[in-house]
Amino acid sequence: MEGVLRPSDHIDSKPVAGGGVNEPKLGVVGYLRFFWRQLTSMRTALVLLLLLAVAAVPGSLVPQRSADPNGVAQYFLSNPDLAPILDTIQLFDVYTSAWFSAIYLLLFVSLVGCIIPRIRHHWQAMRARPPRTPKRLERLEGHVRSERAEGTVAEAVDTAEKTLKRAGYRTERYGDSVSAERGYLRETGNLVFHSALVGVLVTVGVGGGFGYQGQKIIVEGQTFVNTLLAFDSFSPGRFFDQDSLDPYSLTLDQLDVVYEEENLDALGQPTDFTAHMQLLDQDGTASEGEIKVNHPLRVHGNDVFLLGNGYAPVITVRDGEGNIAFSEAVPFLPQDANLTSLGVVKVPDALPEQLGLVGFAYPTQGYLDTGAMTSVYPDDIRPVVSFNVFTGDLGVDDGIPRSVYELDTSEMTMVAGRGADNDPVILELGQTQDLPDGLGSVTFESMPRFVSVDVHHDPSQLWVLVFAILVLLGLLSSLFIPRRRVWIRVTAGADGGTTIDYAGLARGEDPGLSAAVAALAKQHADRL
Amino acid sequence: MTPSLDTVSVILVYSAIAVYSLAFIAFTMDLARRAGEVRTVASASVRASAPAAAAINGSTATAVLDREQIEAGDATASRGRLVWLRIGLSLTIIGFVVHLVATVLRGLAAERVPWANMYEFSLTATLIITAVFLGVQLREDLRFLGTFIVGLVVVLLGLSTVGFYVSVVPLPPSLQSIWLIIHVFVASLGTAFLGLGFALSVMQLLQHRREALPAESRFSRMKAMASLPGAEKLENLAYRLIIVGFVFWTFTLIAGAIWAEAAWGRYWGWDVKEVWTFVIWTIFAGYIHARSTRGWRGVPSAWLAIVGFSAVLFNYTIVNLFFNGLHSYSGLTE
Repeated sequence: MEGVLRPSDHIDSKPVAGGGVNEPKLGVVGYLRFFWRQLTSMRTALVLLLLLAVAAVPGSLVPQRSADPNGVAQYFLSNPDLAPILDTIQLFDVYTSAWFSAIYLLLFVSLVGCIIPRIRHHWQAMRARPPRTPKRLERLEGHVRSERAEGTVAEAVDTAEKTLKRAGYRTERYGDSVSAERGYLRETGNLVFHSALVGVLVTVGVGGGFGYQGQKIIVEGQTFVNTLLAFDSFSPGRFFDQDSLDPYSLTLDQLDVVYEEENLDALGQPTDFTAHMQLLDQDGTASEGEIKVNHPLRVHGNDVFLLGNGYAPVITVRDGEGNIAFSEAVPFLPQDANLTSLGVVKVPDALPEQLGLVGFAYPTQGYLDTGAMTSVYPDDIRPVVSFNVFTGDLGVDDGIPRSVYELDTSEMTMVAGRGADNDPVILELGQTQDLPDGLGSVTFESMPRFVSVDVHHDPSQLWVLVFAILVLLGLLSSLFIPRRRVWIRVTAGADGGTTIDYAGLARGEDPGLSAAVAALAKQHADRL
Repeated sequence: MTPSLDTVSVILVYSAIAVYSLAFIAFTMDLARRAGEVRTVASASVRASAPAAAAINGSTATAVLDREQIEAGDATASRGRLVWLRIGLSLTIIGFVVHLVATVLRGLAAERVPWANMYEFSLTATLIITAVFLGVQLREDLRFLGTFIVGLVVVLLGLSTVGFYVSVVPLPPSLQSIWLIIHVFVASLGTAFLGLGFALSVMQLLQHRREALPAESRFSRMKAMASLPGAEKLENLAYRLIIVGFVFWTFTLIAGAIWAEAAWGRYWGWDVKEVWTFVIWTIFAGYIHARSTRGWRGVPSAWLAIVGFSAVLFNYTIVNLFFNGLHSYSGLTE
């Protein structure tokens, strides 16, 4: 009987007899069987595998919505004619596209169709006896014959069986011969490898649906509560339940940044970010934690990652009537390595008219050759902010959501800034400057840092890891454990001694078979 | 002190390139000699085996013929050729030692593992390719791959030293991880094995073409291949190296996913580098399947190995330099 069940076009299988011409007409069931056999054939699996490789490539050539949404937006702007065409064939969502999914789903159906019968077959094979000893061992691989002057046949057969058992073979005696087989772990590994791949796919597909991820900017001294509304952006999995959010709170005490100060080739390059956090549980338990790049904070089934940082200058705006209309830390978005940062301050409560400020923060202010201001070092050594000031309608009262990082100036007038009657507002730390026309004043109070954190929950990832490790273990045993049969036959010599034949048969790739048979022959001789 | 260590390292890299180049010349001389020798034994062999080959056009017959021929070639192998082979290997070993010292010094200068940017990664990856090439010789005589492997190392090392060199800078926080050591090192190991498999697959295709030639012209064309193992033997060797490379590649992929989870908050995100690592993994998975699929063993599977390693090189050069993604660690300013 065959040791391993393979698709009919596997190289170790016997070719299927009969061409297409003489085959009887197929009924519906016949056709289904035919297609199933085609789908589960090695050739189809191989073609699907290679198709999958080819289909994955476009996702590296065209920006993907999942990884790089801004890149996609940019692509639409720079290729207005091409982008919609690419979009119809889902080239911006390659890995969730119908065609990519079709390929891997077919591949996995083919794989499951292939391994289920093999698992059944292997289960039986593992409990079957090693096969009968072939008549002519001398025709098999690695055949060795040794003649011994002394000793009996029975003794030699007993020792042969013991030698094989010690070498990890499963043995069976047939008369004066021992039939042995080993390396069942090769097929087991192969099946574990393929099943674990299915496991990875299913856990990613189903398990991922229970997770969520949210982003939040936290300024030093501020607190974030893990509730849906607190996130700046949030993407739930398909089966996400809002009640699964655990309402703990995280406060950013301080973000410590270490800059390279000695190596002139890397001056100012950040070498460490450490966010010191205070964690407050729902039951009032307080604790401290740290987040670093590569070291997320793992709390309450969530992983909190440090993804970005910058400065959030605290700006106070007094309106024309002397009231404090605004006093907040405003996160500015970093524009370069020295953290020249862009930000917007919206003061809807200012009287008589709403105020809008657009400007830059420079942690260490210097000048470009053009005379424009820039930041020359990322640490806050000489912080300066500069603003253009607008009055008019901010457009925040009409209920349409607006980005906090953009100012719509279409209904506003610039009262200070380049091109206006007055120069832009430029403030060093602690300075206050009056706005023109009695509109009020702006104060630059302080320069705290902010962090942007990613809060993740993915209950499936541990399982993905477990399956991935099984994939690796399965792969190792399926590639490197040889499956082989070995036979030892003892015949009585004419003059009273014994003649012993050793031979092997490879079951799949087995470059070391002859050597193994020779080694067994030597071990056997040594024990006799 | 720090800059001087790096300066010494760079001088040693150039020295290693010089020694490797000499090794390359020696290996090439060997190949040329092989071609020359075939002519001397050709007439005798043709008389002996041409009728057999003409009668049977099967692979077994070809294999038998080849073995006879190799034996004939080896028996008469001039001392000159063996000397070139030995010189080539010895020079490769010397080059390797110099290269190793250069790499270690770079690591000492940087006070970390010497594979954190494109230049350092090239330095270490080529070192590992050479190490694997030398190590494999203990198990199997693959010195005939010397021209190819040492040539590849010279080109990669030369290009990266001239084009990718960056001075020592501290590690950015994103690379400060134990996984930098594991993930990148194993990726280089995998690359080395896949590269050797690639070289063997190219040889296999050439040998296959030579074996398909009519017996008479087999001694006038593609002569350098005559003294090399037969196509089937080359294929088996390629397979055994590639499966090792594939296991390392699988590990690289998994280790990369674990690191990505810690650094970026997700274990898989179809970043360009992840895409290409996946594509390469799939191609080599295809290669392994092709080898056990009827009609795909031999020439088609060899092509898959070649396409696969080309993708590895593409991933390492073009993707690193020209694609924007999270793996932008070349250290070169854009």
